[in-house]
Amino acid sequence: MTDMHVEAVAGIVDRVVARYRRDPTCMVQILREVQEACDWIPPEAIDRMQVTLGVPRTKIEGVAGFYSFFYTQPRGKYRILFSDNITDRMQGNLALMERLCNNLWIEPGKVSEDGLVSVDKTSCTGMCDQGPAMLVNNRAVTRLTAARIDEIAELVRNKTSLAEWPADYFKVEDNIRKPDIMLSSQMQPGDALRAARERVPSDGLMSSNMRSWREGLPSGLGGPAAMLDEIKRANLRGRGGAGFTTGLKWEACRNAPLKAGHQRFVVCNADEGEPGTFKDRVLLTSYADLVFEGMTVAAYVIGARRGFLYLRGEYRHLLEPLNAVLERRRKENLLGPNIIGIPGGDFDIEIHLGAGAYICGEESALIESLEGKRGTPRNRPPFPVTNGYLDQPTIVNNVETFAAASLIALNGGEWYAAIGTKHSAGTKILSVSGDCERPGLYEYPFGVSIRQVLEDCGASDTQAVQVSGPSGFCVAPDEFDRTIGFEDIPTAGAFTIFNNTRDMFEVARNYVHFFQHESCGFCTPCRVGTSLLKNLMDKLHNGCGSPYDFAEIEKLNQLLQSMSHCGLGHTACNPVLDTIAKFRPAYEKHMVQQDFAPAFDLDRALAAARQMTGRDDAAAHIIKEEFGEDA
Amino acid sequence: MSQTFTLDGKSIPFEDGQTIMQAATKAGVFIPHLCYHPEFKPHGSCKLCTVKANGRQTASCTMRAMAGMVVESETEEINAERRALTQMLFVEGNHFCPSCEKSGHCQLQATAYHLGMMSPHFDHFFPNRAVDASHPEVLLDFNRCILCSLCVRASRDVDGKNVFALSGRGIKTHLIVNAKSGKLSDTDFSLADKAAQVCPVGVILTKRKGFAVPIGERSYDKQPIGETVEGR
Ligand SMILES: Cc1cc2nc3c(=O)[nH]c(=O)nc-3n(C[C@H](O)[C@H](O)[C@H](O)COP(=O)(O)O)c2cc1C
Ligand code: SF4
Ligand code: SF4
Ligand code: FES
Repeated sequence: MTDMHVEAVAGIVDRVVARYRRDPTCMVQILREVQEACDWIPPEAIDRMQVTLGVPRTKIEGVAGFYSFFYTQPRGKYRILFSDNITDRMQGNLALMERLCNNLWIEPGKVSEDGLVSVDKTSCTGMCDQGPAMLVNNRAVTRLTAARIDEIAELVRNKTSLAEWPADYFKVEDNIRKPDIMLSSQMQPGDALRAARERVPSDGLMSSNMRSWREGLPSGLGGPAAMLDEIKRANLRGRGGAGFTTGLKWEACRNAPLKAGHQRFVVCNADEGEPGTFKDRVLLTSYADLVFEGMTVAAYVIGARRGFLYLRGEYRHLLEPLNAVLERRRKENLLGPNIIGIPGGDFDIEIHLGAGAYICGEESALIESLEGKRGTPRNRPPFPVTNGYLDQPTIVNNVETFAAASLIALNGGEWYAAIGTKHSAGTKILSVSGDCERPGLYEYPFGVSIRQVLEDCGASDTQAVQVSGPSGFCVAPDEFDRTIGFEDIPTAGAFTIFNNTRDMFEVARNYVHFFQHESCGFCTPCRVGTSLLKNLMDKLHNGCGSPYDFAEIEKLNQLLQSMSHCGLGHTACNPVLDTIAKFRPAYEKHMVQQDFAPAFDLDRALAAARQMTGRDDAAAHIIKEEFGEDA
Repeated sequence: MSQTFTLDGKSIPFEDGQTIMQAATKAGVFIPHLCYHPEFKPHGSCKLCTVKANGRQTASCTMRAMAGMVVESETEEINAERRALTQMLFVEGNHFCPSCEKSGHCQLQATAYHLGMMSPHFDHFFPNRAVDASHPEVLLDFNRCILCSLCVRASRDVDGKNVFALSGRGIKTHLIVNAKSGKLSDTDFSLADKAAQVCPVGVILTKRKGFAVPIGERSYDKQPIGETVEGR
């Protein structure tokens, strides 16, 4: 569709822009839908958006240029992206990608000469339990095999439309292996809300004021404050990684003063970008009511009328099913005006899709993205609870946090607090993948040991577990009795297992490439530092590493920790430092040089010349020994 | 009497809403900075102005001053990290100072001198960035862009034009101009714009005005950047 007529493009843009009420805050959604219709975002589309949205071209191009999934150059009718998490690597994604490229006669990263197809890599797509995986025009394809790759090449060559590809390709399994209170919940839609409404203020913990759903709710309704007390009593802490106390966050938002015309917002963070994490995908596939109901409970508590679900672009396949759930809930009076008959109890939820940017999981970057901007983390303070979406009070919570809020509304805070450990109440869902027999979701009360999880999922000969993804912790066998929880090893959910055949240096290198690719580029230390770190790891990989490079890595870590603007930069060196500390031999293998050696390698630099001349004989190589240097 | 905080042991008065940077500048204390400019909304991206406030590193251009705050700035530890940041900026772009018209007036160069940067230390990235010479009066040499966004803010907030913006992500972040062709000559940019004056380095340069002031007599040759605080 690259040669579409200007009028046709304008027609598409007009339709999309009108559906989003000509609202520039919906820029990311508008760009996505335009691309879905045009296969890319042609300059003519930007011309038209400039007019119909009334925003400068620089703004549109600035946004379009930020997100990996937006293309301002043609990328073909079939845009294939291989998930490149370490688990995909372990399952052989690179060989499969090469196979597909050979099959289609194209180079990775480039568009085929006939403009039909492009093949490239992308960060973890959240299918680690059923990889290797890819995205075709943002639709997830799982369980790739050589045979499936050959079939796909055939389908592409024959220009078969995606709708006619075998449905089995797009099948995404839940793989629930060990349910506990959340994954075995039988909650009927509306139950938690009705329970919240029935709650009456009790003595003891008493919320600081009696503000109800909306400022205008009939007085005497104690539900919202009482519900907040239950959340506090439950000792619920955020499941997105940082573990902030949910009750305090909700209370701060509830108490934040409202300027004229302002309102409060509930945002559910379903960006789930941390490599190795996929539990939010399953919660939204099979427990969407639990999540939406939790958001509605939160709205009831803080007095919000609008909510957003920020769904990562990789989970595009969930958009229609989730919209159907929202529609059903509206029909059931669980969303919309006067929810379950509460006068003034108005709340509705919109879904915004991301477009391939891990940083948009960071809550202030997420809010920027929701506002239709580049996903750059904001300067804080102020925090979202007072100055969030459109500068108005906003809570951002993880998918699992909201699901837990539903359970608490239903069963009470005391019930919840009794599960787990003293400082880590309730359960945690782990996304288990890597070297084990049964990858999938495992829900445990907090306090479970690493060893227990390994046993349950059928892992053997385990060398290491990466808990909470690249920004988390790498745990070695002598630490397998350590436990999951805020007291010991906190986690956002990833649990990636490596057996003794794996090279932990390459694991760390894959993670470093991830951070480099996902740095938003806003601040100097992370923008440049992650690239320097990547270059150092590649240097080690290429056999040019020396102790000097270790010292450099340590120095970069120090700098990124102290100078970076957000959590991404702060944690970008974690995987390297952890593996250096615990798997030193894996590095020593790569530390070929005793003294400093330059990263530049003349022989490698001549590869392009060899390719161009079609030579690969001995005389076309530089042999280092000839120079009498390193032997 | 207004409220105060201490900066390297010195008591600094401030008014409500002022940042550490604003208060320090007012009091005549220099804190290195590149993306901060007193006339614009702080951006907080270069991180050169990082200080330790009550033991925690933070950008002083965005952090509000608070009564009793203890701020450290001129410590060997912090300056070493700032120096590393200038080195990063040097290797990220292509900065050949001897052939740059901005040499001597350049804030990056002056800050690097101020911090005692003796070499770029890291391997150069040598990015491939085209020069935009399309405009009759102004040359854009993107090789030197440090992504401070001052031109973006000046064009948007003062000129009301949105000539500049940042696009791309991560290490591929780059400056774009407001034209379908991507050329400055196709925008409404003019030499009279505020945006034409704010670039701290040598990206936005006036054409046909080379070496009007000889090297050795330029702004930072005469007065090192550390002595350029307005408040004194
Ligand atoms: C780089 C970065 C990525 C993040 N990604 C996510 C994410 O994908 N999902 C999430 O829930 N939280 C993510 N967070 C944490 C959020 O900023 C925020 O703390 C969280 O959504 C709050 O929800 P909770 O209190 O329920 O955990 C991320 C943080 C950083 C710094
Ligand atoms: S630390 Fe990295 S991701 Fe965070 S703001 Fe800075 S560049 Fe962006
Ligand atoms: S052109 Fe100059 S002012 Fe604009 S972002 Fe680059 S360095 Fe900053
Ligand atoms: S001057 Fe403060 S971050 Fe750039």
